[in-house]
Amino acid sequence: MKILVCISNVPDTTTKIKFTADGKQFDATGVQWIINPWDELALTRALELKEASNGLIDNVTVINVGPKDTEITIRKGLAVGADNAVRIDGNPTDAYAVASELAKYIETHPFDLILTGIESSDYNGNAVGGMLAELLNMPHISAVSGIELKDGKYEVIREIDGGKQILTVPTPFVAVVQKGIAKEPRIASMRGVMAARTKPFETVAAAGIAPQTEYIHFELPQPKGKCKMIPADQIDELINVLRQEIKAF
Amino acid sequence: MNFELTEEQKLIQEAARDFAEREALLDVIERDEKAEYPTKHVQRMKELGFLGMTVDPKYDGGGMDSLSYVLALEELSKHDSSLAVIMSVHNSLVCWGLEHLANEDQKERFLKPLARAEKIGAFLLSEPEAGSDATHQKTTAEDMGDYYLINGIKNWITSANSADIYLVIAQTNPELKHKGINAFIVDRHSEGITLGPHENKMGMRSSDTHSVMFTNVKVPKENRIGENGFGFKFAMKCLEVGRIGIAAQALGIAEGAYMRALKYAKERKAFGTEIANHQAIAFKLADMAVKIETAKLLLYKAATLKDAHQPIALIGAMAKRYCADIAMEITTEAVQIHGGYGYVKEYHVERLFREAKLTQIYEGTSEIQKIVISRAILSDN
Repeated sequence: MKILVCISNVPDTTTKIKFTADGKQFDATGVQWIINPWDELALTRALELKEASNGLIDNVTVINVGPKDTEITIRKGLAVGADNAVRIDGNPTDAYAVASELAKYIETHPFDLILTGIESSDYNGNAVGGMLAELLNMPHISAVSGIELKDGKYEVIREIDGGKQILTVPTPFVAVVQKGIAKEPRIASMRGVMAARTKPFETVAAAGIAPQTEYIHFELPQPKGKCKMIPADQIDELINVLRQEIKAF
Repeated sequence: MNFELTEEQKLIQEAARDFAEREALLDVIERDEKAEYPTKHVQRMKELGFLGMTVDPKYDGGGMDSLSYVLALEELSKHDSSLAVIMSVHNSLVCWGLEHLANEDQKERFLKPLARAEKIGAFLLSEPEAGSDATHQKTTAEDMGDYYLINGIKNWITSANSADIYLVIAQTNPELKHKGINAFIVDRHSEGITLGPHENKMGMRSSDTHSVMFTNVKVPKENRIGENGFGFKFAMKCLEVGRIGIAAQALGIAEGAYMRALKYAKERKAFGTEIANHQAIAFKLADMAVKIETAKLLLYKAATLKDAHQPIALIGAMAKRYCADIAMEITTEAVQIHGGYGYVKEYHVERLFREAKLTQIYEGTSEIQKIVISRAILSDN
């Protein structure tokens, strides 16, 4: 059995966000790039499943749609334990284009389980996984917080209001995973980094799927207002501020 | 000149950063306070391959270059120098010394388990009366025919209790002075080895430092490194490489203090604005940034030259001297920027300040580095 983990290359979560002067693009100057945290957890779970499968899962592949400079992020996937990597050589212009590029590759390279993070930490689109399943005509389960392999079948766990939902689904399928899928992302070991030198790394030409959306303008949120401290014993003053200044009621 | 790190170097830097931030940092204050050995973190360093990372894969090491090693030590030292010194002694002094100066049989028996981190190494040179002046070794290694008999005391030994393999420097032939000194590979559990109490250190308190007493310790002849009388040269060569490791540690300490001071200065308000807006503080931060950048260039150059198999005695001494001294200056200023908060443990800078001091002292004091540097530049001209 084979698992594919789709990874996005995103700015480090501590990055100070800036946009180009026309407000149409993210300004990537000096930005540190990382594997999207949800994708990294998906990869961690994929590796755990493989290791516990007694050879039933024999391959974990990482895939990314991006230009050459995303290779270091993909290489990290290999360093933490993925068996091989694929980069679809194109710009991830929007969710539809990314999902379509991934679908084109998967059509000719079948996998039993396809994992995507629930969203990427940059644009928070929450769209690629669902679109990918639709384009591939596969079942799709969203907001997955656990996956187990039991008697050769995947069992999927979703957090629902007040409890858990446990499902089975025929393979191949797309699981869109969220927090809880794995405990902590893995740290690459030196042996992992060394092994990543020689693991298969395939670059595939993009099909050139046009995006369906266009960014008109980005705006930064308004700076936070000043914090006003009110002593704990001045309840009247607190009510006055809430009523007069904030107009809370 | 290429100032860009390779993909692999960036991955190693990131791995060390993740380990330091996500694991080592969590209990660093508590371990420092209790002077508790970081057993579980050393185990993780073994798993992640930081111990033995530069050793050639043919001897079961990680095969990483010196710059990667420096980057890893630097990241670790931003948060936990005790772990960094365990890593530095194991790699720079013990593994490097055996890989480059021991014979094939010794590499097979001792280097391989060290490179796999199944065993931890310690380096025993300093003595109660021989620190900077390492030529006056009082520990003796008497030639008994097919073995040596070691007697004496070694001081300030990092990993003395946790190590399995000791590299011991001892005098065999006092009339030949430093040319009579030998280096030996000694099983730490040999009969006749006893440890002094855990040293109650000012900083790096989570590393395990003891004095080690040798009483008629038998060491097989085949455990001597190199020809008879090679020991002093062996120790000096190891220390030459070790300087880069300690410089990396000092740089990491400086950066750890700087990044905390920068954050604090942007948050803490006084006289109606963040203290970073006061020139007195802004200029301190500017000076820190310049020193860190300078130290980094010097140290990375030293590591790059080592990887290119160029001589590093001079540049390594410069890097060690500069990084250690700026670590002391920067940690001092970081405490000052934090004011009262800098004087309590929660903000980390007081610990970094205590840790910085040791980088000016061990593996060649700043003054010894100046001797090395001045002799080199004066002999050139």
